[in-house]
Amino acid sequence: MSGSEFVPLSLVPMLIGVCVAVACALPGNFLLLRRQALIGDAISHVVLPGIVVAFLLTGIVASLPMLLGAAGAALVAVAAIEAIRRLGKIEPGAAMGVVFTTMFAGGVLLLEMSDTSAVHLDVEHALYGNLESLIWLDATGWSSLWDPQALAYLPVELPRMAGALGLVALFIAVFWRPLKISTFDEGFARTMGMQTGPLGLALVVVAAIAAVAAFDAVGSIIVIAMFICPPAAARLMTNRLETQVAWSVVFATVAAVAGYVLAGYGPLWLGAADSVSAAGMIATVSGVLVAGAALMGPARR
Amino acid sequence: MNLKLARDNGAATDAERRLASPLAVRGLTVSYGQKPAVFSVDMTVRAGHMTAIIGPNGAGKSTLLKAALGILKPLAGTVTVLGQPVAWRRDHIAYVPQRASVDWDFPTRVIDVVLMGMYGQLGLLGRVRPRHRAQAMDCLERVGMADFATRQIGQLSGGQQQRVFLARALAQGADLYLLDEPFAGVDAATEQAIITVLKGLRDAGKTVVAVHHDLSTVRDYFDDVFLINTQAVAEGPVETTFTQENLQTAYGGRLAGAQMDALAETLSGTSAR
Repeated sequence: MSGSEFVPLSLVPMLIGVCVAVACALPGNFLLLRRQALIGDAISHVVLPGIVVAFLLTGIVASLPMLLGAAGAALVAVAAIEAIRRLGKIEPGAAMGVVFTTMFAGGVLLLEMSDTSAVHLDVEHALYGNLESLIWLDATGWSSLWDPQALAYLPVELPRMAGALGLVALFIAVFWRPLKISTFDEGFARTMGMQTGPLGLALVVVAAIAAVAAFDAVGSIIVIAMFICPPAAARLMTNRLETQVAWSVVFATVAAVAGYVLAGYGPLWLGAADSVSAAGMIATVSGVLVAGAALMGPARR
Repeated sequence: MNLKLARDNGAATDAERRLASPLAVRGLTVSYGQKPAVFSVDMTVRAGHMTAIIGPNGAGKSTLLKAALGILKPLAGTVTVLGQPVAWRRDHIAYVPQRASVDWDFPTRVIDVVLMGMYGQLGLLGRVRPRHRAQAMDCLERVGMADFATRQIGQLSGGQQQRVFLARALAQGADLYLLDEPFAGVDAATEQAIITVLKGLRDAGKTVVAVHHDLSTVRDYFDDVFLINTQAVAEGPVETTFTQENLQTAYGGRLAGAQMDALAETLSGTSAR
């Protein structure tokens, strides 16, 4: 494929896919080891009602109110999960299940009842996103990467997602030791003066930031898959946390790139006419990677 | 003047003893629900001695330890370490939790667990340097686990896991060592290795406090005992405090007859010696 075709059509969606995958996989490692993997699932679902409410309040499809609505919904969900867990004495997994299904369903109902037909906001979009549509029409080839005029029209999702990835990576890097120690042995972490409660909350908030930033571009399916699949596959490759996180980044990148390519060209290679959803294919590839690691990973039991 | 006299007479006031104690607890009450697990407990640990915390199941032994460490928030009471709040003295304290309290499937190696004990030295972003690794290896050497440094922790036996926990506590370089049932579910060789290390710490002037459940070894292993059954029952040197009456009070008749007989034998045997 030539640069004049690849750069405007495929480069940006592919990079966004990689940023989303890595931004979700990084905190996913810790969520998985803390037996909180479902929290990513919960966040990515509850984002929908937040976005719909933001749309109903402002009447426009704009990024900022939607992000705020999504973030607000994520906070409400985290608070509701904690409240149900404590007051109802229900185990965390079940509390998450209750909250995210209810809020997602509420979001779907709101969406159907409100008049959003004129705008690009529907359930399908919420699930699969619109990765393929994030094209960079002003690019003419690789040289556009150095052309300020073309760069000015780069889809805003890319810098936004790259920023979210940077934030997530910075958080994990700075708090690496407290995160590792408190995930392994919370009591011991507290005797060393670590604030394990706020740290755990910060981890969830960082995961929520990644999920909310990713939601608009790629929908919730891929977010859920990336929180769980790359870390789960990586855990089967090694018995060291440092190596596990490195593997999860590799798997997330592979899933994003391979998934995007397979979605675009796989059906053509098989003789079909249309391409399939990139988000769906990325999630599928990540699942296949877990299956492969489960069968062949050196650290599986 | 009066204080000085009192000290000279060997009868220190409570305030004095508390200030000098590596771990002093006053009026500690901890509750998980309606019923307190630990109620209004006073405890003053003697520096440079080994103290066993003893009591029946559910008597609040672990709870007392966790509240003393600040892991659990007490409803009431104070904990001081050398006269200061425990939060100011964290680098003086090393902790060995119950082995069952952590996830042994966690992806980490033996040496990495020991290095966790050096967080106080390394801080958030400090580099792990060769001297830190050498120090960690030295701690593993002291518990006889140096050969296992690169093993995944899940591959170890229960006794080996307990020794790694002790090595991590050694790496903390503390003056006060708090251990929660260090001998639970470990093999005889590990028990010997652990007690040797703990006695070595005591002989080097450190203070050791352990929740202990095997009454038959109290006399051999410890200098002092603290008997608890939700409330404090008795506290003092093993010779004067580890008595049948105190045990009966602490265990409230829950001590099985056979256990009591065996114990009576060790008690009388030691006093005859």
